[in-house]
Order: sequence, then C-alpha cells, then structure tokens
Amino acid sequence: MPSEQSRLRVSQTNGVTTVEFLDRNIIDEARIQAIGDELAALIDAQPKPKLLINFASVDHLTSAALGTLILISNKVRDRGGKLRLANIDPQIKEVFHITRLDQLFSIHPTTADALGTFD
Amino acid sequence: MPATGHNQHAEHWVELRNHRAEIDAVEDRVLDLVDRFSYPRPSRFAIKLSLEEAIINAFKHGHEGLDPATSIRVGYTVAADRVLIFVEDQGPGFTPADVPDPTLDENLANTSGRGLMLMRAYMSEVWHNERGNRVGMLYRRPPDSTP
Repeated sequence: MPSEQSRLRVSQTNGVTTVEFLDRNIIDEARIQAIGDELAALIDAQPKPKLLINFASVDHLTSAALGTLILISNKVRDRGGKLRLANIDPQIKEVFHITRLDQLFSIHPTTADALGTFD
Repeated sequence: MPATGHNQHAEHWVELRNHRAEIDAVEDRVLDLVDRFSYPRPSRFAIKLSLEEAIINAFKHGHEGLDPATSIRVGYTVAADRVLIFVEDQGPGFTPADVPDPTLDENLANTSGRGLMLMRAYMSEVWHNERGNRVGMLYRRPPDSTP
C-alpha cells in the first residue's frame, strides 16, 4: 500500500483502482522503479485487477517509464485484469504514437471515458 | 545551405557522474539557455527528452560492466536557431545499426530499446562517432517560431 513516500494518489471507483502520478516528470530511474513497485503491489492486491492510470499531472516521461508501463500491462494481463490509460498530455501522447505503444495500450481522453470501458 | 551538426563543436563541456543531481544540473543548464532563446514548448520537450535519453543510454548501455563511478561528458551549444548536444561515454562503443527497431510488431512489447529511436524522432539530426561512444544531436528551430 502507498506509504509516506508514495509517488501515486490512489482511489477506488466501482471496483476500478485509479492511480494518479504525483510527479510531473517521470524521468528519474529510482522513481520509475518505485512507481513500478507500487503499481505491482496494487495489482497483486486484486484477483482480476482493473487499473486506470491517470496521466493528468505528467509533463515528461522517458523510455524507461514506458518500459515500466509495459511490465505493468503484462502483469495486469497475466492476472486476467484490465489496464486503461487516460488524460495524457498531447506531447506525451505523441511519444506513445511515435513508439507505436498507442497500439499496445488502451488510451482514453478522460478518466470518465476510461471508466466506462471496464465492463 | 542548412548547417549540419557533424562538423560543429560544442561551446561548453560538462563532466558528470551517474547521480540524479548532476544529470539534473546539466539538463537545467541546457534548458535554461533554451528558455532564454524563447524556444516553443514542443522544442523544449524534444530537447529535454532527447538529452535525458542520451545521458541514460550512456550510463546504462555505454558503461555496462564499467565502474559505476565512471563519468560521461556532455557538450552543448544553444543558439537562436539551433541546439547542438554531444554525449560521450567511456565505454567501448556500439553499432547503432545493430539496435532492433522497437516499432516492429515483434519488438513492440520489449521493455527497453526506445531511447535512440526517440532521439531520432525528436531531433533534426542524430549521428555517432566511428567508435560508437559519442552521440551528436542537432535540433533546428522550426522556421515559424522565431522569438
């Protein structure tokens, strides 16, 4: 569960765990690792996790952060769950597009849009 | 004829170790100059992303197997019309052509290997020295964004 050093804000809505990043820059490798560990713990806490990642506050990320998101996506899939991404800044969305990861992830304009796709 | 980065030299060089504070310091120096020349937001994003990816590649891949205290050098020139950046590690170098294309279907789920392609996507030019331990990157200011 998130500790005092948590890099995430976590909430529950109708069985969906929504997480929001507290960092504007997801760049530092140690922080990316910490975020990955926190997300993994959230996934492990549910039998069929429904996870929504809200990017509203994120201005920058790196390829290392994308790698961690792929690990998280695999972990959710392995547990029979669903992962959605939402509220991605246009500049960051372009990174997903350039890397073609917009085809690997289910990306939605808003958290409300994403919440409607879990059932 | 537009300037190419290959024959240009960086005005400033900084040596840094793999410590977040040192990486942030050099990124802040470059981005402070970028801001002084009033580059638009997408340019700032492109330069920050490419510089970060190049530095991480140097420490993570360039220095793989070396003493973690081994330093890299970052060279930069920021002008009104262009930003030139070099990142040089002390490793044996690599062959850029050997890096798999991360956008191919079979590589899409790989958890690493996207740094170089992002640098190529966001910068105007990216090149390596023959040994493969120094990357050069040139960003040309978009024509419609003069301050």
